[in-house]
Amino acid sequence: MSIHARGISKAFGSFRALDDVSLDVADGALVALLGPSGSGKTTLLRIIAGLESADAGTIEEDGVDITDRHARQREVGFVFQHYALFRHMSVFENVAFGLRVRKVPGPEVTARVEELLRLVRLDGLGGRRPAQLSGGQRQRVALARALAIRPKILLLDEPFGALDAKVRVELRQWLRRLHDEIGMTSVFVTHDQEEAFELADEVVVMNHGRIEQRGTPDAVFDHPATPFVMDFLGNVNVFHGRVENGRAFWHGIPIELPDCPEGQAQEARVYLRPHELDIRRAAGPAGPARVGSAANGGTNGGTSLPASVLRVVRSGAITRVACRPHGSESELHVDLPAETARSLALEPGQEISITPRRARVFLPGPEYEI
Amino acid sequence: MHAPRRHTVDAPAAWSAALVAAAAAIVGLFIVVPLAAVFAEAFADGASAWWAALVHDPDTRHAIWLSLTVAPVAVAVNTIFGVAAAWLIARFRFPGRSLLISLVDVPFSVSPVVAGLALVLIFGRLGLLGPTLAWLQWKIIFAWPGLVLATTFVTLPLVVRELIPVMEAIGPDEEMAAVSLGAGGWQVFTRITLPNIRWALLHGIVLANARAMGEFGAVYVVSGHIAGATDTMPLRVEKLFQEYRTPASMAVASVLAGLALVTLVAKFVIERRMEAESRDLAAARTVEDSPSQDNLQGSAA
Repeated sequence: MSIHARGISKAFGSFRALDDVSLDVADGALVALLGPSGSGKTTLLRIIAGLESADAGTIEEDGVDITDRHARQREVGFVFQHYALFRHMSVFENVAFGLRVRKVPGPEVTARVEELLRLVRLDGLGGRRPAQLSGGQRQRVALARALAIRPKILLLDEPFGALDAKVRVELRQWLRRLHDEIGMTSVFVTHDQEEAFELADEVVVMNHGRIEQRGTPDAVFDHPATPFVMDFLGNVNVFHGRVENGRAFWHGIPIELPDCPEGQAQEARVYLRPHELDIRRAAGPAGPARVGSAANGGTNGGTSLPASVLRVVRSGAITRVACRPHGSESELHVDLPAETARSLALEPGQEISITPRRARVFLPGPEYEI
Repeated sequence: MHAPRRHTVDAPAAWSAALVAAAAAIVGLFIVVPLAAVFAEAFADGASAWWAALVHDPDTRHAIWLSLTVAPVAVAVNTIFGVAAAWLIARFRFPGRSLLISLVDVPFSVSPVVAGLALVLIFGRLGLLGPTLAWLQWKIIFAWPGLVLATTFVTLPLVVRELIPVMEAIGPDEEMAAVSLGAGGWQVFTRITLPNIRWALLHGIVLANARAMGEFGAVYVVSGHIAGATDTMPLRVEKLFQEYRTPASMAVASVLAGLALVTLVAKFVIERRMEAESRDLAAARTVEDSPSQDNLQGSAA
């Protein structure tokens, strides 16, 4: 079942939670709504479920307008952030609830609930109370309960938010497999980009009640459409530079912008991802070293930036290096594979040269990338 | 390792013993001894005299009967109002919400006598609605409806006050989940909301009932103290006492005191259940996950 939300707006008092948002979800797709808290992603999910009403806009399922349909008639499975399991009922009765209120005959309820408990690997735990389950188990009860009514759409609000890291990863992979098997149109909300990129077919990045960008995980990660997306998708180094005659200048290093029209010099922001920077030991105190590796492809003229190391922190498989470019007040962060960092034998105070493999420049107008 | 200690500061043993003794002395002197005195006085002439004092005087009999009919009606009104108001206040944000929360508390801050007088001013013969009520031939003041009104007024906050914090702590998610699973409004209320608030509701009802049975001031004003007609148990105690019939007065008082003891036990049991439920709620919110319990290897189905 496909979903089409058109021109959805919603305000809570003076706060605009959603501002003319349109979203299409294809039949059978698994879509992530990704954004910081307050970006409107949960509100959009609740409006699709009918748990919240929009101030403006329409919701369609397979081309049928369901905007005015009550939540209880929408046939939407909703998994709440804290699961919202019925505390005074057993696991079995939790899963059976949607069938009981539909007056499904008893034997049929039993068969369906047992089938679902097997599906979510909780067979034998039907008699337990929610309080007696682990977080991951509760999450799966919530999922089974939502699936019991054979919904046409599955909506999940921060489905893994309350779980610890290891269970989160396991459950995420399991949910992906489950989705591939039952093929139900699903939308989930998350503020965790790793979760969104690993699980979803399509990622919708939201901010301030608007959609910033949507696309496949690769497209969004490799081609962030706006400074916000760039910023949100990971620590990023941001510098103020200048754009002049088709080139951006970052600390004097020219970065070619092939599509940028020749024109007046203007201010621009230069974004550099920590893992897209290379470090070399400075040849000597004489100044900038020439770097000619294949990685930088000459797009930035092969010029590198002299800097001194401030801190070196090992974080698992990568090593984070904080350094300060000469003549600059701000810090620059570089992520290196631990191996590379070890062979460079970096330590605070050391002189290095930095080469960007990639950079993005956002102007007040259109976007240019190298 | 040492077991975790509950007290971070160790008071010297002598000090803590002295404090415990002082607390016990105060509770004993001001609560236990007076209550015991009531029972001692009531049973001074034996159980049969006590029983006779309660049932052989028709006015006393009527007073007991009146209390047993006024209190449940007032409590029932309070229960319905309390659940509705708590639901409104806990689940919705609307203009005037904080004003409503404050108004609900007014009966706690107004003297019951003032409350009684206010009712007389509105429903009395010379009151605001007096002529209308006279035309309808409805008698409210100096009659049973007035007693119910006064009792309802003074017990009004008890149920609401119990329910609001509990409903706010539970949150609307379970109700929303029930709606998304296809439950209608009444199904949500009876299957989700009511089971979740049942102990808090019962606690409120027990407290409201105790207060309703024992109310004196507001009822005194609206009753007109007509023996055998509008005297409730507390009014009867006072009247018998004024008439120097102390043993009879103490017999009725002992019934009220016994009721208080029953309330105390009920309250204790209910509070234990509420604590257990709030522990469950806290447990449901925290996640202490052991990955070993989650066997998710292999295919999903």
